[in-house]
Amino acid sequence: MIIYPILLPLIFAIITVLFWENQQVKRALSIISTGLLMIVNINIFFLVYREGIQVVQVGDWPAPFGISLVVDLFSAIMLLTTSIIAFLLAIYSFSGIDLARRKFGYFPLFQFLLMGVNGALCTGDLFNLYVWFEVMLMSSFVLIALGGERTQIEGAIKYVILNLLASTLFLSAIGLTYNLAGTLNMADLALRLQVVQTSGQVTVIAVLFLVAFGIKSAIFPLFFWLPASYHTPPVTITALFSALLTKVGMYTLIRFFTLLFPFESEFTHTIILTSAGFTMLTGVLGAASQTDLRRLLSFHIISQIGYIFMGLGLFTEYAIAASIYFLVHIILAKTALFLSAGMVESIQGSFDLKKLGGLYKHRIGLSMLFLLPALSVAGLPPFSGFFAKLGLIIAGLESKQYFIIGLALFVSLMTLFSMTKVWNEAYWKPPKDSQYADQQKPVSAWRWVPSITIVLFSVLLGLLANPIFEVCQMAAAQLMDPTQYIRAVLGMVR
Amino acid sequence: MQRSIILPVATRFLMPLMLVFSIFLLLRGHNEVGGGFVGGLVAASALMLYAISTSPSALWRLLPLDPRFIAGIGLLISLFSGFIPLFYEKPFMTGIWIETPLPVLGKIGTPTLFDLGVYVLVIGVVVWILLEFAEDE
Repeated sequence: MIIYPILLPLIFAIITVLFWENQQVKRALSIISTGLLMIVNINIFFLVYREGIQVVQVGDWPAPFGISLVVDLFSAIMLLTTSIIAFLLAIYSFSGIDLARRKFGYFPLFQFLLMGVNGALCTGDLFNLYVWFEVMLMSSFVLIALGGERTQIEGAIKYVILNLLASTLFLSAIGLTYNLAGTLNMADLALRLQVVQTSGQVTVIAVLFLVAFGIKSAIFPLFFWLPASYHTPPVTITALFSALLTKVGMYTLIRFFTLLFPFESEFTHTIILTSAGFTMLTGVLGAASQTDLRRLLSFHIISQIGYIFMGLGLFTEYAIAASIYFLVHIILAKTALFLSAGMVESIQGSFDLKKLGGLYKHRIGLSMLFLLPALSVAGLPPFSGFFAKLGLIIAGLESKQYFIIGLALFVSLMTLFSMTKVWNEAYWKPPKDSQYADQQKPVSAWRWVPSITIVLFSVLLGLLANPIFEVCQMAAAQLMDPTQYIRAVLGMVR
Repeated sequence: MQRSIILPVATRFLMPLMLVFSIFLLLRGHNEVGGGFVGGLVAASALMLYAISTSPSALWRLLPLDPRFIAGIGLLISLFSGFIPLFYEKPFMTGIWIETPLPVLGKIGTPTLFDLGVYVLVIGVVVWILLEFAEDE
């Protein structure tokens, strides 16, 4: 069962390649594929919810020797969120991606990217994880450069170089791990690292992984590639990247520090908390200085990553649960913001806040599609952002980390300020150019249907905060007790 | 420009030899040096030799399908070999072998099919890439 999230995108990517010339078929295939993926992932989620961690030993090789695929509740939540986003973005790309890009393999790349993301979420083997990250990065390299505009190539070069550096560090860390422990199966590794936990080498490896995935998930001081590259491709691709790529990096960090390095509490967790604080702050300050809508939203990605990272740094069960809830919240809310920015651009032809204006007067519905997720990201009740931040702050109070709490609240306020700025400039003020004043250019249904759906999901996440947070707490309990994971993969604890 | 006669004549002998050799590499690949990837590269270079000695459009005519299709079919063959164990209620990609060795082919199983897929895929991809660069004069 749990291998299908990886196989489905692969099968459909191959079929899409066979229909290279036929745009209609490729679009239809992409919707069918992501729709099926969503159904499969809903099933997986309920399976894991009811019956506990699911394991498949690929090729029937027993656990420490072959590659294990493991889905616990955290993976299942991430898989489900990913496939919902993928489905909606597949619909949005009907009008959000131009013909030239659709002809040049946008659809197969989309599928390969999904395959990489799902693989990274499912795998229980360190080297296999590296392979999935490469699959993901290869697809994203091409997606970000696709179209070949000058700014795009510039952004793509920065993106490629820094991500290749991260991959090199990742690979070196894997080498060191193998040298130390003699295994790369994550469950087996967790057992063996417990034995050698006093060794300084383990800390070195932990920090190497931290840096490698820190680059990939854009934490302070390693985030510089993100604002330099994320605003260059079309907004659909940016939404896809912001929803999947940095978040998979975050997923991996949470997985590593709960499963492999849970005893690394004092040294690494101080680094994590410090970095989380700076990530929040620099992200939101960067956003405050931007006037380009896409760049502004890109800086907010960084700022919000800081919150998830903060939960990992606090490292209590409640904090991890809040981080998981925050991950789901930010994936939905951020994608909604990017999609609404895409619609604004399709009406007024610009992302520049100085040129935009007057949208609220004629487009109240469209403005709501920005306002609701924006308030959610800023953390106002009753939206999901409020509960996510509340969870983190309660966790912080419990561990008496008052400084980081104060910072988180301050950044929240700054986020609200920044969102208000966008609201004032793009929606409230009269447009500078009078030709936009009473413009009634229609927005394609392929754009507003997925946008409304995603905003609905985001609002529901806030309204149903209690049951959803309980599921996140179950996932966190599984994460904080690695013996469950180890027992599921290796059969029994030796 | 005057074409040399040596290359087309040599190609006529070399190409079948290389193609046969590529299949030899494909089949011995499971436990010895060789395999689908190497075999595919040798086969693709045989085809490219033909394109160089005659012309790229001649190779287009020679190929039964668009290289893109060849690559896609190769991937599908490899993927299908992974699905076979599912019918025997084993996990994805479990190696299943026939009991008695066949003449010439030897002992084959799902990994052989996987290798065949890789072979076809590599031919498709390499020819696809090189033909994009090559143009008729």
